[in-house]
Amino acid sequence: MSAAFELAAARETEAGSMDRFARLLDDLLFSPSRLTKLRLMKEYFAEAPDPDRGYALAALTGGLDFRFAKPATIRQLVESRIDAALFAWSYDYVGDLAETAALIWPGTAVANAPAPRLSAIVAALDGATRADVARLLAMWFDQLEPTGRWALIKLITGGLRVGVSARLAKTALAEMGGIDVAEVEELWHGLTPPYTDLFAWLEGRGPKPTVDHAGIFRPIMLAHALDEAELATMAPGDFRAEWKWDGIRVQLVARHGRRRIYSRTGDEISGSFPDVVQALDFDAVLDGELLVRRGDDVAPFNDLQQRLNRKLVNDKMLEAYPAFVRLYDILFEGEEDLRMLPFDERRARLESFYARHIAGTNLAARFDVSPMIPFSDWDMLREIRAGADVRASEGVMLKRADSPYVAGRPKGLWFKWKRVAATIDAVLMYAQRGHGKRSSFYSDFTFGCWREAPDGGRELVPVGKAYFGFTDAELAQLDRWVRAHTTERFGPVRAVEPRLVCELAFDGVQRSTRHKSGLALRFPRIHRIRWDKPAKEADRIETLAAMIPD
Amino acid sequence: MTAIRTAPRPEDWVRLTPQGLYVEPADIHIDPLRGVPRAVITHGHADHARAGHGAVLATAETLAIMDARYGTAHTSVRQPVAYGEVVDINGVRLYLLPAGHILGSAQVVLEWRGQRIVVSGDYKRRRDPTCSPFVVQPCDVFVTEATFGLPVFRHPPDQAEIGRLLHSVRLFPERCHVVGVYALGKCQRVIALLREAGYDQAIYLHGALTSLCDLYRRLGIALGELHPVAGISKEALRGAIVLAPPSAVADRWSRRLPDPVVAVASGWMRIKQRAKQQGVELPLVISDHADWDELTRTIDEVAASEIWVTHGQEEALVHYASRRGIRARALALVGYEDVDPE
Repeated sequence: MSAAFELAAARETEAGSMDRFARLLDDLLFSPSRLTKLRLMKEYFAEAPDPDRGYALAALTGGLDFRFAKPATIRQLVESRIDAALFAWSYDYVGDLAETAALIWPGTAVANAPAPRLSAIVAALDGATRADVARLLAMWFDQLEPTGRWALIKLITGGLRVGVSARLAKTALAEMGGIDVAEVEELWHGLTPPYTDLFAWLEGRGPKPTVDHAGIFRPIMLAHALDEAELATMAPGDFRAEWKWDGIRVQLVARHGRRRIYSRTGDEISGSFPDVVQALDFDAVLDGELLVRRGDDVAPFNDLQQRLNRKLVNDKMLEAYPAFVRLYDILFEGEEDLRMLPFDERRARLESFYARHIAGTNLAARFDVSPMIPFSDWDMLREIRAGADVRASEGVMLKRADSPYVAGRPKGLWFKWKRVAATIDAVLMYAQRGHGKRSSFYSDFTFGCWREAPDGGRELVPVGKAYFGFTDAELAQLDRWVRAHTTERFGPVRAVEPRLVCELAFDGVQRSTRHKSGLALRFPRIHRIRWDKPAKEADRIETLAAMIPD
Repeated sequence: MTAIRTAPRPEDWVRLTPQGLYVEPADIHIDPLRGVPRAVITHGHADHARAGHGAVLATAETLAIMDARYGTAHTSVRQPVAYGEVVDINGVRLYLLPAGHILGSAQVVLEWRGQRIVVSGDYKRRRDPTCSPFVVQPCDVFVTEATFGLPVFRHPPDQAEIGRLLHSVRLFPERCHVVGVYALGKCQRVIALLREAGYDQAIYLHGALTSLCDLYRRLGIALGELHPVAGISKEALRGAIVLAPPSAVADRWSRRLPDPVVAVASGWMRIKQRAKQQGVELPLVISDHADWDELTRTIDEVAASEIWVTHGQEEALVHYASRRGIRARALALVGYEDVDPE
C-alpha cells in the first residue's frame, strides 16, 4: 500500500468522530440491499464508542431536533463565504442544499486538526443560540471533509434520507444483542439518547434497562395474508371474523394522565389528532383503526389523508374531517397486562371496558367497537366479504379465538382476507432500472390508460407505477421487451412503444393532484401480462374515475 | 514578442467556424467537428479527434490512438510532432505542450505577430502516471474547457479514491468489483493507480477496453497483468476487479459477474444524488478534467488578459474571470461532450 493510501485509511480510525458517522451515512446511501445496510449499522455500533453511537442511533431513528439549525441557517452561512452567483449556479446544478453547501465550502480539512466528535457536536448545539449555531457550523465545516459536512448538515436539519427506517435501525440493534426486535421496540419509547444503558445491555455489560412504562408504545400484532387453499385445514369454529377497515392502524395509550396515539410502527402521531387525544380520558392501552367520519358513515381514505402529517390542525379541518377510532383490541386496562389472554377474553374485556368508560359519555363520538361478523362456515363468510361496503372496508380479518396478543407477525394466529382486488388493463409507458439484484433489469414500470386527446384522438396518461407481481422469468421477458421497444431514454428511464398491455391489480383509486391523470392507484401490481391484447383495447381513464369514492 | 502596435486583435486571426476553432493565417482547424483539409488534434477522445481530415498534426501518441480507433485510412497525411517542437505554418509559430489529460494530450500554442494564444484542449493539473504533466505557458489569450466549471467540483486525491476501492475489495471478498471507466485514458489511469497502490492481482477487462490497453503498453505504459473477462468463470471472478465502459456496468453485460459491487470512476461521482441515480454503489471521484480549483489556478497562472471558454459549465468560469478583471467569453462550442466521456 502506498503512503497516501495509508494516510487515507488513518483518518477513518477515529470511531467516534463525525468522519466515521459520515462514512456510515455515505455507505448506507449507496447500499441497495437491506442486509448490507444492517451489516453497516452493526459494524458502526460495534466500533463507535458511547455516547457518539447513541447520537448516531438517535439521528437514524429521527430522534434529534435542533432548534436553530435550519436550512436557512446553512444557506446564509454559505453565502457569507461564497460569491452568491456561483452558489446559485451550483445549487441549481446539484439540486440539494446539503450537498451543495458541503461541496462548495471553501478549503479542505486540515490534516492535523481532528474531526469533531459526534457527541461534541450534539452537546455544543444543545442550548446554543441562533448566533452560536452559525459560528459553530462554520468552525466544523472548516474541520471536515465534504462528506463530513454533508453528514453534519443532514444530522442537524433532520431527514437523513439514506434509506434506513427507524425499524431497520432497531433491527440492527436487535441483531447486535441477539434478541428479538420486539424487545427493542418494547423498551424504545421509554429510552432517550444517547442510549448508553441500551448498548450496555445489548453488549451483555449491563442489566436490561428499566423504563417508565406509562405512555410507551407496545409493539403491535400483525396478520398474514390468507392463502385461500389453507381454509380447508382451518376449522371455522376456531376463528372469529371482523371487518378490516380502511384507515390507519393505531395504538392508543392513556395511562397516568399521559395520552398518546402511535402508528403501527411506533411513530407518535398525537399532534395531528388533537380531537382524539382529548377524548383519551381513561386508563388503558387500546388497538384500533383511525378513521374519519362523514355523517354516519366512514369517509374514504382520502379524507383521512387530509389529516395525516399535519403539524397544525385548524378548527376547519377538525370539523370537516372529524377523526374517530374503531376499536379492535385491549392490551392493558389500568396496570393489568391483558396481552396473554385469549382473543375471546380480551374481546369481552374490551366490550365491558367500552360499556363502563365510553358508552353514553361524550367520549362516544370518538370511539366505537369494531363489530364481529357472525358466520358458520367459510362459504358464508366469503359471501359476506364479497358484499362488503367497498369504500370503507378492505376485507375481513380472521383471528384465532385463543390467540394471545403477540408482537410482530406470528404464524397461524391472525389472517387478513382481502376483498378480491379490482383490476384494469393498462399500457406500459415507461420502464426504469431497478436496484440491488434487479439493477441490470428494467423492473419499475409506469402504466397508462387512454383518454381523449386535445386533438380529438386519444392519448395515454400515466395512472400508476408497479414493480412487483411478476416472476423472475417474467421479469426477464419484460426486460427484453423494454430493450427491444425503447423509443427514448432519460437517464435510467426508457420510454417504450405503447404496445404492451398488463392487467394491474390494485386496492383502490384516489384523486391525485400530483398525477397528470388526476388519479392514483393504491398498491398497483402486475396481475397478468397480456402479451395477446392489443393496446387499443386497454381501459380508458373514465373506468378508473368511476371507481373514485366521492 | 515584437512591437505592440502591430499586435492584432485575437478574434482577427482565431475564430469560430461551423467546423470549429479556425486559425486563419495558418489555414488550420483545431479539434474540428467535421472533416477539414488540415487539422491539429489536441488528444484522442472521439469528440476531439474525428476521422476524415485531409492532414492531421498531433503528437505521435495521439496519431497512434487515432489509427487504433479509426484504422490508418482516417487521414492521408500524418504529421507527428514532439512536445515543444516548433512548426512554422505560413508565419504562425505552432507547438504542442503537455496538457496532462490523457496519453499524448497536448495544448496548442499559437504565436502570430507578437501575440500568443494557447488552446488547451482538455486538461488537468494533478499527476497522472500515464501521461506528461500540464505545462503552464503564459499567454495573451487562454482557451479553456470548463467541464467541471462549478465550485462544487473539487476532486479529492485520486490515491484516496483508489484506497476506497481497495478497502471495499477487502470488505467484500466474495463479490466482484466492476468499475465503470472510459475506454481511453481513465481505464489505463485507474489500472496504473491500482498498481501504484500495490495491487498486483490480475485485472479483468471488458472487450471494449483491451485494444487501447494494448496500445498504451506498446507506447511504454506499464499496466501489469490484464485479462479479458470473456471466458472467465463466475467463480473465478469473486474478489476480482473488472473494468468496463460505464454503459455496461449497471446493464445486462454485468449479469455474468458474481454479485458485483458497481463502481464508476468519474468526476461526476462527486454529486451523490447523481451517482445514486445511476445505481452506483461505490462512486469513485477520479477525473481527467481540471476541477474548479485547477481551472481557476490555471487562469491565474497563465496570466492571460483574455479567456475563451470552449465547453462545459461556462457561465461560472466566465463570471470568475470577469470578477478578476479578465476579459472572458463563452464560445459555446457544441459537439464536445459535456457529460461523457469522463
